[in-house]
Amino acid sequence: MANFLFYAFAFFTVATAAGVVASKNAVNAAMCLLLSLVGVAGLFVALNAYLLAFLLLLVYAGAIVALFLFIVMLLDMKETESRGFGKLSFAAIILAAGLLVTGLSTLVTRGHLDTGNPALTPALGTDIKLYSYQLFTTYLLPVQVMGFLLLIAMLGVIVLSKRWEGSDDVT
Amino acid sequence: MTSATLDHYVLISALLFAIGLFGVLLRRNTLVVFMCLELMLLASTLALVAFSRFNGTMDGNVFVFFILTVAAAEVAVGLAIIVALFRKRQTIQLNELNSLKN
Repeated sequence: MANFLFYAFAFFTVATAAGVVASKNAVNAAMCLLLSLVGVAGLFVALNAYLLAFLLLLVYAGAIVALFLFIVMLLDMKETESRGFGKLSFAAIILAAGLLVTGLSTLVTRGHLDTGNPALTPALGTDIKLYSYQLFTTYLLPVQVMGFLLLIAMLGVIVLSKRWEGSDDVT
Repeated sequence: MTSATLDHYVLISALLFAIGLFGVLLRRNTLVVFMCLELMLLASTLALVAFSRFNGTMDGNVFVFFILTVAAAEVAVGLAIIVALFRKRQTIQLNELNSLKN
């Protein structure tokens, strides 16, 4: 049963991620990103990281994709995705796809990562207490740096989106 | 059907990263390029959680917290830049933003 869920979520995630790249409309791309996030959250649950799955849905699906959709609606751009590549770009695409297929097939056939039995390895991600212990001991400095980063990002966004006097905005 | 091992998760993560990279290279809408960047970040978080689970450590899981925070800050600033760009130039298509080229 767990295996079936893994394959289902993995296929779902990759298919919707391809939908993000393939869809012409930006709204459809955002919706596919949302579905892909749900798939990754399912994989997190399969990996016993329940808190991270919850946080991923809360932060990404709740905040980031909503922000993306809001901006897509706000900008209201015209659907002129001009396709068509030059010869050089086309050769580069073929080369990149070939390299990608080679790399992935090598990973499948030869890349065996030596790990123990997952049933014997303790699933530490289930214990919320461990997260907080790690965050407040080993990773205390990074947590504070993150706080400053969020503050600076907030100030930067306010400065960027404010209309200054004398700016030559078209609209 | 074999049990899902670390290899499977790393393969899914690599596939997600490759799809995101292709999106960044192929698409010309800045917003969609940004979404593909988010996909690449997501692939890295998946790999971190998988390695953390199969090695019995906690560090990968904690790193995902930081990645989530940085992604949130990045999206906020990036979207603000895109909105400012649209106000200035009335377009966010990458092939039309070529002032530095000429």
